[in-house]
Amino acid sequence: MATVFIPAALRKFSAGRERAIAHGRNVGQLIDDLERQFPGIRAQLVESDDVKPSIAVSIDGEIAVGGLLDPVHESSEVHFLPALSGGAI
Amino acid sequence: MAESTEIQKFKVVGTRPIRPDGIDKVTGRARYGADYAFPGMLHGKVLRSPHAHARIKSIDIAKALKLPGIKAIVTAADLAPLPENKTEAVGEAAMNPRYLSLNILAREKVLYDGHAIAAVAATSPHIAEEALRLIEVEYEVLPPVMTVERAMEPGAPILIPELRNPESGDNPTNVAMHLPVKKGDPDAGFKSADFIVEREFHTAMVHQGYIEPHNAVGIYNSDGHATIYCSTQGSFDVRSMSAKVLGIEVGKLKVVPAEIGGGFGGKTTIYLEPLSVLLSQKTGHPVKLVMSRSEVLRASGPTSGSTIRVKMGATRDGKIVAAKVWMAYEAGAFPGSPVTAGAMTILAPYVIENVQIDAYDVVVNRPKTAAYRAPGATNAAFAAETVIDELAEKCGIDPLEMRIRNAAHEGTPHPFGPPYKRIGFVETCEAIRNSAHYKSKLTGANRGRGVAAGFWFNAGMQSSATVNIHTDGTASVVTGSPDIGGSRASMAMIAAEVLGLAFEDVRPLVADTDSIGHTDVTGGSRVTFATGMAVYQAAQDAVNQLKERAAKLMDKKPAEIEFHDGVFAATGNGAKPMKIKELAGRLARAGGPVTGRANVNARGAAPAFAATCVDVEVDPDTGKVQILRCTVAQDAGRAIHPSYVEGQMQGGTAQGIGWALNEEYVYDAKGVLRNTGLLDYRMPTCLDLPAIDAIIVEVPNPTHPLGVRGVGEVSIVPPPAALANAIYRAVGVRMTELPMSPPRLLKAILAARHEPRLAAVN
Repeated sequence: MATVFIPAALRKFSAGRERAIAHGRNVGQLIDDLERQFPGIRAQLVESDDVKPSIAVSIDGEIAVGGLLDPVHESSEVHFLPALSGGAI
Repeated sequence: MAESTEIQKFKVVGTRPIRPDGIDKVTGRARYGADYAFPGMLHGKVLRSPHAHARIKSIDIAKALKLPGIKAIVTAADLAPLPENKTEAVGEAAMNPRYLSLNILAREKVLYDGHAIAAVAATSPHIAEEALRLIEVEYEVLPPVMTVERAMEPGAPILIPELRNPESGDNPTNVAMHLPVKKGDPDAGFKSADFIVEREFHTAMVHQGYIEPHNAVGIYNSDGHATIYCSTQGSFDVRSMSAKVLGIEVGKLKVVPAEIGGGFGGKTTIYLEPLSVLLSQKTGHPVKLVMSRSEVLRASGPTSGSTIRVKMGATRDGKIVAAKVWMAYEAGAFPGSPVTAGAMTILAPYVIENVQIDAYDVVVNRPKTAAYRAPGATNAAFAAETVIDELAEKCGIDPLEMRIRNAAHEGTPHPFGPPYKRIGFVETCEAIRNSAHYKSKLTGANRGRGVAAGFWFNAGMQSSATVNIHTDGTASVVTGSPDIGGSRASMAMIAAEVLGLAFEDVRPLVADTDSIGHTDVTGGSRVTFATGMAVYQAAQDAVNQLKERAAKLMDKKPAEIEFHDGVFAATGNGAKPMKIKELAGRLARAGGPVTGRANVNARGAAPAFAATCVDVEVDPDTGKVQILRCTVAQDAGRAIHPSYVEGQMQGGTAQGIGWALNEEYVYDAKGVLRNTGLLDYRMPTCLDLPAIDAIIVEVPNPTHPLGVRGVGEVSIVPPPAALANAIYRAVGVRMTELPMSPPRLLKAILAARHEPRLAAVN
């Protein structure tokens, strides 16, 4: 059971909730569980079977690099953040 | 991943050897992109739009093609069909290839003064230039949209008809993105505040000002393969982007990074590279294109001008209790300003419980912005750090103490949520507070001292390295990271440290895209961190292989071999220890050559903080600011080569000073850039800059084997705010617009004299 923090832009899917408990051993499974709780949220986070290029996933304070396959632990704190861009087109 | 080596004693790391590329550079032997020449090479030039916003009705190249010496002309019709309109991974970077293509050569519309329309190849640069004059383009001129305010107005002319955002529904818009952030209850926070400051800030579009213009030589072979020689911060990105625009496979393109004369983020994308290949393909000759300074300013990628509103409240004891930020950044002609980074950095140094940020990415008729040293953060810090300074004054608290009281530290959350790991913001502020500069007294009329702080994330990403052990026991270290800040020296030092060699015994090389594994861009202050991590691991891999060879020669098991200070020794009695140089000479009889390899997708990038203290004297009759003294402190994690760390800190500070005091894009009413040369685009010279004292703070990054954080960017962030705060203390006016050039400052001084209430209004 990881704690997932819902970014402000996606709180319309979570009825305004800022955090949720989700199950899964990796980011992909976590997002699947979020989708069960908050229908429509998956499409905001996933595209072409990967985390959207515009999204970065922070797991326990560290930016993950493995996309949907990054492991998540029971006590993990997961944040979905905007991916940084230095002005990319 | 190795833990930090705080207790480790270094022999090479932390020393100051002379850079290995230095002799080539001072003797003129270093080959920059424009130096490349090949038999039969043609010269290319680019036709650019004289209008900021226009529909292209027709392009007629017939007359130009008849000019003797002209070999080929290409337009957008020669590029691959426009890709789908969506952001995708191109190589390892995320971008919208449709917009990338439209920026290389315009199709139906031109969107800024200087937008490329066609490219020609000729037997000489002069003939190519003459041919440009013979290309006939018929335009329908449209009204230009030059500011975010105008672009966001209802009914504003639309730049990109298909552009939408989730809030615009089916209506065309110039707002490419709205990023909302909310934490806590800002309104309740403001109610608990004793003091509230609210201001609106404006910053001008500025250029990185790298001294070497963009260049590219393209050579297309009849077998379908092509090579590009160019000045770039990311050869692998040039390869993937160019392949996308040209519609060819990545594997058919090789990019050779030339020596680079500065980039600062501006050489992380493509302009001329695909054109050189296209023209070479059409002519069968190598084709070289080199931008003029005017082209660089008009049509490469400066960074965003911006409008930022900050409201911040604090209790009497100096605790910041709430902040609201509204920020809109100019993306230029296509979406993708660094406003996200601006939003993520603006409050990042501080612990504030109640936060609301609304950030907007807005297209305007200016060149598409590119990265510039800590992209987005300098604009943001100018606003936030000025407001914090004013709050400190209202609270009656020393401005550095104000920052330290609110400082983020290990375990406190970033405004976007995740908790910080070990960071050195407090240590950085304290380094300034304890400096001789801050402790000194500043006296005299019209003089003032200002401080400000800055944050930058630093990046990880992918890097590759190989370490080759030569038969004489020296080594070469090969990476794919173009060296823009002394990274060859750092890579050699890291390899030397691990191998137990002297710095001079390790030669660093930057390889082309066929000769090293994928390596992401030199940017995000990531090279010493991530490529350094790859070098560290590759050198360790070489050591492990050498242990096996030593074991063979000593008739021992590899686990019985210890390596220390360049010597391989067997545990227990028996075999005579071998120095790495002795072992290297015997490798042929012990299994053959040794090459250590490593590829990393580096995790654990750790943020950097900087704090700047500056003393100024303002001439109240002219508005000119003279900098008397400047000190910058920055947390480097670990300084591999302290001189080059100090160089980065001083360089970033110098650029921040230019951004603060003089630099700006000046457009006329038609949207035409009026200052297209360095005489009119006023960068700082040695007469403008003081000696900049650099204080390296070392709070090691616990997730890097050497404790490295990254040093290339954050020092540019605080100077504009530090200068604004110093100017306020010198002459009593709060400047809220960059640049704080003499005319602008004089206007503010005069307004304050006649009407003190206007002192804070520009």
